[in-house]
Amino acid sequence: MFVTMLLIRAFDEVAGQARRDGKLRGSVHEYIGEEAIATGVCSNLLTTDYISSYHRGHGHCIAKGADPVAMMKELYGKAGGVCGGKGGSMHVADFALGILGANGVVADGVTIAVGAAQAVKLRGENRIVVAFFGDGALNRGPLLEALNWARVYDLPVLFVCEDNIYSDKTRTASVTGGPGIVARAAAFGLPYESIDGNDVLAVDAAAARLVADVRAGRGPMFLHARTYRWRGHLAWDEGRYRDAAEVELRTADDSIARAEAWLVAQGARAEALAIDRREASARIHAAVIEAEAAPWPPMEALFTDVQDMGAPSWQS
Amino acid sequence: MAVLSYAQAARLALKQEMERDATVWALGEDLGPEGGVSGQYLGLQQIFGKHRIVDTPISESTIMGAAIGAAICGTRPVVELRYADFGICAADEIVNQAAKVRYMLGGQVRVPAVIRQPIGMRDGMAAQHSQSTEAWWIHIPGLVVVAPATPADNHALLKSAIRCDDPVIYMEHKELWAVTGEVDETAAPTLIGRAAVRRQGSDVTIVTWSSMVSICVAAAGKLAAKGREVEVIDLRTLWPWDRDAVFTSVAKTGRLLVVHQAVRVGGFGGEIVAEVSEHMFGSLKTAPRRLAAPRTPVPFSEPLETLCRVGEDQIVKTVLEMTG
Repeated sequence: MFVTMLLIRAFDEVAGQARRDGKLRGSVHEYIGEEAIATGVCSNLLTTDYISSYHRGHGHCIAKGADPVAMMKELYGKAGGVCGGKGGSMHVADFALGILGANGVVADGVTIAVGAAQAVKLRGENRIVVAFFGDGALNRGPLLEALNWARVYDLPVLFVCEDNIYSDKTRTASVTGGPGIVARAAAFGLPYESIDGNDVLAVDAAAARLVADVRAGRGPMFLHARTYRWRGHLAWDEGRYRDAAEVELRTADDSIARAEAWLVAQGARAEALAIDRREASARIHAAVIEAEAAPWPPMEALFTDVQDMGAPSWQS
Repeated sequence: MAVLSYAQAARLALKQEMERDATVWALGEDLGPEGGVSGQYLGLQQIFGKHRIVDTPISESTIMGAAIGAAICGTRPVVELRYADFGICAADEIVNQAAKVRYMLGGQVRVPAVIRQPIGMRDGMAAQHSQSTEAWWIHIPGLVVVAPATPADNHALLKSAIRCDDPVIYMEHKELWAVTGEVDETAAPTLIGRAAVRRQGSDVTIVTWSSMVSICVAAAGKLAAKGREVEVIDLRTLWPWDRDAVFTSVAKTGRLLVVHQAVRVGGFGGEIVAEVSEHMFGSLKTAPRRLAAPRTPVPFSEPLETLCRVGEDQIVKTVLEMTG
């Protein structure tokens, strides 16, 4: 899990900087600071399990096993990207690994997740579905519909709310009524746990309990993981709307440093951990070099995979 | 052959496809005991169970979103949205997800979902239950749009839509549910994208679809008595639409009239007229014309609603003007 967290951080450090440097186009939403959640949850999943994600989705994909090279190519819009360069950062997906996709519309991945769970149930499969979403999504109607839906049909879904306290550039608390996130889960009859999302061991332990319950057919469960978004909403957002003292205090609580301290306390050698850090960084930098050297998609890719009936051409 | 209503024909198609393919299922409000708004699902829940004919909460976003999730995970959902007006409640999921998932994800997955949302005016249902929104969906890359006009087509085209690997916006017409006609219960699925010539003629080509087909055919009968032979083409599928059938007919008649119940401004008739004008300008003997609804909400009051409808007399008058 430590190495996965390092890979996620290195990937988004590098991707965010590439965006700021103008090497990438489009949106890059960094997951820096939140790595423990994707890592701790996905460590409890099988390859055959599904996850759905959202705009801040690189971490979920890496934690579920996606290839950082193919992901980086996707961010660069290149051939060989996980989606052939046609999706970009907000649409990374790998169906072979059960990654149903990041998503550019807040909460839409959650309705897709409950449908995936319905298919699992209809087909009698032994998979579960994890829906990752942020605290901002809990103010969208479709998410509230989906919580109800999962309960009504007793679907094998684990909802994971990554509460980084910001909805884009607005403090979520300032635009949210009622007693809070877990109360909303409770209102739909969902069992829930609320944990420190910067403690990967706590995430892992809670996810282990909830995943086991979902897999055992006990219906949908809800995990509220409290964390903090170190960066702005997007790579080019400096997050100046945040109080400097808040940023300093919250970023001091570093999930990776905590995991490292725990490993050292368990007897891990500091030099070995330093090697892990260097290797993760080197792997991501190699991915960038490969992505920058990769060819563009062929121009005919514009027209492929739109639809079978009435497929487009230059004339239509 | 059996005589079935438009609703019974659709029910038969779904039943046959559910028997044929265990991954086909349907979801929407009131499908079980009520059998849908117009009985198009009657008795199917008793046959296939609550897990395959799924009664849902009034949650259009999740009805549609869940169908997409289920479609990309190995099933073929048939979504019932009751009225095209409520299809708008699921527009985000249809436009931003269903239509684009395959493309955005580089072809990793397809969305074989049928999205039923009946269109049209019926019996004073007023502004929020009477719209014909087909042009909205035709505009979106990734979607197929189907609008059957007869019981036989509602049987054969629904089967095709269920077997289609693209998301299909399937627009039945509310005023046609009770219309009866002969249906070949063993009919193969009709090819999506193929029009039907409902009446042959050499003077004017009328292109139409859905509930306007029978009105155009009736008008053509009146025009024959006045010496005007009208060819009536029922497009049946709006995307892809049968350009060959339309172009072949216009090449013969030199005159094009498009008739639809949707609002004229920005309606699909404009696209058909534009395509014919661009490609066949030299074959046209007169300017193409369109007959459609004015750009108003559909009013409740009966005489006002009637003003929004294209009637036989209007079609007769327009064809006479076009043929001098």
